[in-house]
Amino acid sequence: MSTDSNADGGRRQVRLLIVDDSNIVRRRIERSQRLGEIEVVGTASNGIEALELARRTDPDLVTMDLTMPQMDGIECISRLIELKPSMRILVISALADKATAVQAMEQGANGFLHKPFTDRQLNDAIAELIF
Amino acid sequence: MLREEELKTFVDGTTQYFEVAAQQPATIGSPYLLEGEPAMHDYTGIISVSGKREGVVYFTAPRAMLTVLLMKMQENDFSHESMRDLVGEVANTISGNARRDFGHDFVISVPSVLTGDKPDIPHKPGARSFVIPINWRSHSAKLVVSLT
Repeated sequence: MSTDSNADGGRRQVRLLIVDDSNIVRRRIERSQRLGEIEVVGTASNGIEALELARRTDPDLVTMDLTMPQMDGIECISRLIELKPSMRILVISALADKATAVQAMEQGANGFLHKPFTDRQLNDAIAELIF
Repeated sequence: MLREEELKTFVDGTTQYFEVAAQQPATIGSPYLLEGEPAMHDYTGIISVSGKREGVVYFTAPRAMLTVLLMKMQENDFSHESMRDLVGEVANTISGNARRDFGHDFVISVPSVLTGDKPDIPHKPGARSFVIPINWRSHSAKLVVSLT
């Protein structure tokens, strides 16, 4: 995906939705994206909140935790893709087995970053999906 | 039953967590078999494990250590809620990373958090419990792995 040009010829910011049940992780991702071409349009602590926010904010990119209460990340990924097939989804999870990564990709995720992560790893993983 | 050699995955996960998230390595002591109740710290993040293994993995740490960890993460919220969030996230990250070795059937719960030095940990009958001592800066914490 590339950033589109708007009517003024400027580049449209990529709209990011952050989904994680940890406030600390959500804030960390948000801080790392304050500058540049990404606009954080919402944060959610579970899959149900994420779906509601996605309907309202039309994100281009979602960072998605997997182990969450109420609706986990795997189910949320498939529901988000139904909502907007062009949405790019980066899974950010501690679950480090290959089967989980494969399952997430099969549901529609585009990338996988393991926790714990550095800011550089996060920014590289996001850049790989959107630029 | 949990074997001593299987503890390596949790030792490695703990080492990795402090190196990456705290940007400062911790010293991990030799794991030992727990007899009785361990000395607990102010905050304890607990992950229940089901599937091919059953039991709990928990990370217990003093408030002072968690405060410094949050500072290293550039956090400026040092509230009770942030402490609870952090111990849960540490326990979740180390347990989730263990699936690299234990596989997809090592099913972990979302974290629950207890506070105080006498929390009631739901140990699984028949599980062996090992304590992994963690020393970071001037602080001490523990990871306890109690699995069938």
